[in-house]
Order: sequence, then structure tokens, then C-alpha cells
Amino acid sequence: MVVAVDVQSISKQFVLRHTRSIKEAFVWIVKGRKGDLSQKFHALDGVSLQVEQGESVALLGLNGSGKSTLLKHISGVMLPDSGTVRTRGRVAGLIEVGAGFHPDLSGRDNVYLNGAILGMSEEQINERFESILDFSEIGQFIDTEVKFYSSGMYLRLAFSVAIHTDPEIFLIDEILAVGDEPFQKKCLAKIKELGDAGKTLIVVSHDLDLVSKVCRRGVLLEHGRIVMDGDVADAVETLRNRH
Amino acid sequence: MSSAELVTPGFGGGLRDVLRSRYLLRLLVAKELKVRYRGSVLGLLWSYVKPGVQFVVFWFALGIFLGMNRNTENYPIYLFSGIVLINYFNEALGNAARSIVGNGGLIKKIYLPRELFPVASVWVSAVHFVPQLLVLLVACFIGGWSPGPVQIAAAVAGFAIVTMLAVGLGLFFGAANVYFRDSENFVDMLLMIATWASPVLYSWTMVRDGLFDAFGSGPGEVLHTVYQTNPLTIAVELFHFAFWMPTTSMPRTDPLLAVPPNLLDIWTPIGLGIALAVILGGQLTFRRLEGRFAQEL
Repeated sequence: MVVAVDVQSISKQFVLRHTRSIKEAFVWIVKGRKGDLSQKFHALDGVSLQVEQGESVALLGLNGSGKSTLLKHISGVMLPDSGTVRTRGRVAGLIEVGAGFHPDLSGRDNVYLNGAILGMSEEQINERFESILDFSEIGQFIDTEVKFYSSGMYLRLAFSVAIHTDPEIFLIDEILAVGDEPFQKKCLAKIKELGDAGKTLIVVSHDLDLVSKVCRRGVLLEHGRIVMDGDVADAVETLRNRH
Repeated sequence: MSSAELVTPGFGGGLRDVLRSRYLLRLLVAKELKVRYRGSVLGLLWSYVKPGVQFVVFWFALGIFLGMNRNTENYPIYLFSGIVLINYFNEALGNAARSIVGNGGLIKKIYLPRELFPVASVWVSAVHFVPQLLVLLVACFIGGWSPGPVQIAAAVAGFAIVTMLAVGLGLFFGAANVYFRDSENFVDMLLMIATWASPVLYSWTMVRDGLFDAFGSGPGEVLHTVYQTNPLTIAVELFHFAFWMPTTSMPRTDPLLAVPPNLLDIWTPIGLGIALAVILGGQLTFRRLEGRFAQEL
């Protein structure tokens, strides 16, 4: 098999800075550097992970265990302090859908803008526009400004754009809780379809039942370390038993 | 599907990536332009009204009250050709310096060449510069302007210097602003100085004579060279050369003193060189700082 994502012992320290102005930093230095200007903690601590092409992996763990941080490293939003991350093929994140939406633009403009932000070309968006519109069930409201959308419509459109980007590696962070139940089912079916089509999926979610339906492999994180890597059912079981 | 190589995500090609994502850049610019004047009655007309009012204020204060109309031929054209360029610089740099923090929500979540944001800010300002340039051209034609290829080239060079400066400084201060929000206040101060530290409101001979009077000919000469090295000074003088000088005539305006000597053969290459260095420096700083944007924003 071919490796799609190769993470080699990456570590990431976060600085919790209390100050954001030169003045405060200066005062701190003048006063003889008393006290801590910043606190650090390890968000990721020597994490290694290999994902093969076509695999669907669930990243599991409690809040603050480093799941989302790991995802951000794979997408390139964050760079590790040490270690390496390498990916093969185009990576697209379904990370917080609607991040690139602008409330004052129409749904149509937002589809184009968000599509381009997620790496689609103009032709690709033109070609998939109908499909995006169909999937989102927005219908005639597509030319209305997004700020007048209900939160469900907003998320449906955003999700629909993201799902149509067609990358080789999909990063999915806590977005399956989109819209009403019929739409959720539709999203789930679409994600499964992507998995069946040989796309690599890396999913972060607290909905353990849902994750076990989508993924085969489960990786359990705790305090920035991988504590278990195996069948998703076992990983879910372990997580439930630990807490 | 497996033909692609393993690559490290998050390492872009800097400004080269911006060239590659031209479509996204165009959409970002279109978004800015659409959103800018939303809900305003005058809309894009504000791009005419604001510089128009500013021009009238300066023209009254400096032209009439301080007597610039008397010692400078076609002073309104002189004034306006400098103002449009400095306005472009001020808007471009001011917005570029805020662009990274302003788009923090996006930068934190999705990887894309972050240089796009400062570049888009400068581009938006360039779009706002166009109507002002049109007004300037109308004024020039009324004043009997007939440009040759040299004048056109000078205008293009002046515009290029300011654009590169704005992109370079915008990258630098935009990235610095993520770590220290003091950066945008520093930029505001810098922009206030920029209007007065280049010969927009007055003429270069007044700078030379003033410096010589105040500091003597030796130090005055040095200070004047420093003043002259400011790439904004060079760009503004290029605009004077392109738009104002062709509207003047011999007895009132001495062509040898209208713009600084050696403007085209020495100062213009210097200005372009400095602007290029600034853009490289800005890009280097940006590259060094951008790795931690997502966690600092």
C-alpha cells in the first residue's frame, strides 16, 4: 500500500502568552524577568502516525488531547516544533465549515470564494456548481446574502462546498453535526461514499457511535500522545472504559 | 492517484504561490470591493469624494493661505499628482498591515498562501487609485498636458515603486502585527510621516534651501541626500515629472529645477532597487514568522 500521510514524531509546544504588547514585554524585562511572561504546554508530544491511501482513521480523545492540533499539522496550518509531516496528494480540510464565508456576500459568491479558498479552480467550481446547489438544498436562496440564512442553511451550503472539493485526503473535524437529521444522514452517506471511492479520511469527532460507522481504524490520543492505535471499535471501547 | 510525491504541507512558495492562485486573489479582491462600501448610498463614489475634499482642503490651506499658488506654476496639478500617489500608498500599507490579523479566522483554519491577503489589500487600493488617476488626467489635459513615452514610463516607474514598497512593508508589518498589535499603530504613525516626508505639499527646492539654511551646506547636503533617497520622494517626483511638468512652461518654471537633477538616470534605479530590497526583506520576514500564525492569532 501507499502511504498518504506520514507523521514522524512531531512535537508542538504552545505558549500561553499573557501579554500582547511590546510595553508589557519591556516592563517585564526591566523588572528582571520576574514571574512567567509565558506558560508552555505540550499539545503534541512525539506523535507518529502513518495513514495509507484509502484508509479511514478516527482520531479519538477527550477535549485538549491534541486531535485537532494533529489535524492542523496535517493540513499545513500549523508547523511542528520538531519532527516532520508529509502528505501525498491534495489535502482538503472540512475543518470548521464556513470559515471562509462572508456574511455580506450572496450564497453564490460564497460558493465561488470558499471553493477557491479550498483549492478549486474556476472551471471546477463552474462544473460542480449545480451539484453543490443540489446537495445543499438551498434552492432559490442561493442569490440571497448569507447573513439572512438560517444557521442550518449556512452550514449546509458550507458543507456542500467542502464535500465537492474532491481532494485525495479529507480531514474532517467535528462537522458531522450539520443540519437536521435527514441532512446529517445525507452527509454521512456522502462521506462513506468518499471512503468507498478510495479517498483517505481522517476524522475527528466526539460522536463515538458515528465515528465507528465511518472509520475502520481508531487512534486514541491523550495529553498529546498516542496511547492506542487499532481497530476503531477497540479504540472507542478503551476511551469509554478509561473515563 | 498515487503518482504524487510525499510533500511537507505548510511550506508555500511565498509570493510565487500568489501568482499561482490568481483566481483566488481575484475573488478576494472582488469580495473586498463589494463589501467595502456596502450599505452606503454613494458607494464607489466615496473613492472620488474623499480625495476631492482632501485636495480642496490642502489647496486652500497651502495654495492660498501659505502662498504656494504664487511660487509654483499649476500648483493644483502639482499637489494632486502627489496626493493620489501618497493616498494609494497610505491605503495600501494601512490595509495590508491589518490584513493578516483581519483574516485570522481563515488563516487559523485553512492552509492557503497567506501572502494573498496583503497582496489583495494592495490590489484593492490600486483599484481605488484608478478613479483618482482619471481625475488627475482630466486636470492635466485641461492644463495642456501632452505626454511622451518618457512621461508614461516615469509614471509607471513611480507606481511600481510605491506598489512594491506597499507589498514589502505590508508583508513585514502584517506578519509583525500577529505578534505585537503595536505594529498597526506604528504603521499609522509611519503613514502620517510619509505625507510630509516626501515633496507632496511643497517642492524639493524648498527642502534643499531649508536644510542648507538650517544646517549649513555640508550637513545640509547630507540630509538632503537622505531625504532624496526615500523611495516615496523618488516616486512622487516621478509623478511630478510625468503629470505636472509637461503642463508648465519656461519663464515661470525652470525645467532644470522643476524636479531634482538626475531623477531619471540615477534616482529612479535607486528607488526601484530599494523597493525591490524592501519586498525581498518583507517576504523573508513573513516566511520566518508565518509558521506560528495559526497559534498566535
